[in-house]
Amino acid sequence: MFSRILTTAVLAGAGAGLVAALLHLVFLQPVLLQAELYESGALTRPGADGSISAFRNLHGFQPLRDGLTAVFTMLLYGGYALVAVALMSLASARGAVIDARRGILWGLAGFVAAQFAPGFSLAPEVPGAAAADLPVRQIWWMGTGAASAVALWLIAFGTTWIARGAAILLLLAPHLIGAPRPEVMIGPAPTEVGALFAARAFGVGMAAWVVLGSLAGHLWSREDARGCLAPQDGHATRWLVRRSR
Amino acid sequence: MAARTAEAGASTTVSAAPARVAGAILAMAVGLALVLLAGFVQADALHDAAHDMRHATGFPCH
Repeated sequence: MFSRILTTAVLAGAGAGLVAALLHLVFLQPVLLQAELYESGALTRPGADGSISAFRNLHGFQPLRDGLTAVFTMLLYGGYALVAVALMSLASARGAVIDARRGILWGLAGFVAAQFAPGFSLAPEVPGAAAADLPVRQIWWMGTGAASAVALWLIAFGTTWIARGAAILLLLAPHLIGAPRPEVMIGPAPTEVGALFAARAFGVGMAAWVVLGSLAGHLWSREDARGCLAPQDGHATRWLVRRSR
Repeated sequence: MAARTAEAGASTTVSAAPARVAGAILAMAVGLALVLLAGFVQADALHDAAHDMRHATGFPCH
């Protein structure tokens, strides 16, 4: 079972990671580099001298830096894919149909759990944004991701109103408790840069997760079909024997 | 007869399920370890290499 999950997840994670890395380099990296100009003080806000343009020549493609970004993006989405495909395998064992189209819903759910729900209160940060202590934010992020993932599973597969009610509570609780916030807001990057970065981070994340879910769903349905034809699978053998009677 | 059939069905489910669940749990553990490594570990080299990705995917970074 593990090897089937691994095969599907590696391919789906690599595909999603590649899409995420390309979109990142085209749409996010320029915004990030611009924010770093404010972080380093090369640009300042609010335009004491309005004659200085905020649009500087940014570095183009930087092989080492951007290459590492691509590698780690693929590593991250590979990790996400392993979790997603493992959950798909459990759901399909319970009778859920998994295919490319339903995979899109899985991908959207993954996006909500791993990026949108934590980002709803702890928005994607540009470099230099003011923020609370790192460990506290990391713990809040993990708790929110985990709670939201459980909530989405309950919404998708729960059959009782208790399950649905618990799901709503799990989705709301982290935000009612509140994310750790900085005591003073003195981030050097202008809101224009920060808002564009957060919006694009969500957009790129959603696109990558949809690719992840759809690819994983497609590949898992093929793995599942192959698994059912394998003679060592007791269930399939019984099914074939019953059919041949 | 019905009871025996049900029992046989249950026993095959039980024998197949642990392997399936174990495989899924192992995959999830490896997956979460990768996410932890890429997104959270603060060792300098890792933080610098993963810096841009962490910002872009919404992880707390600094």
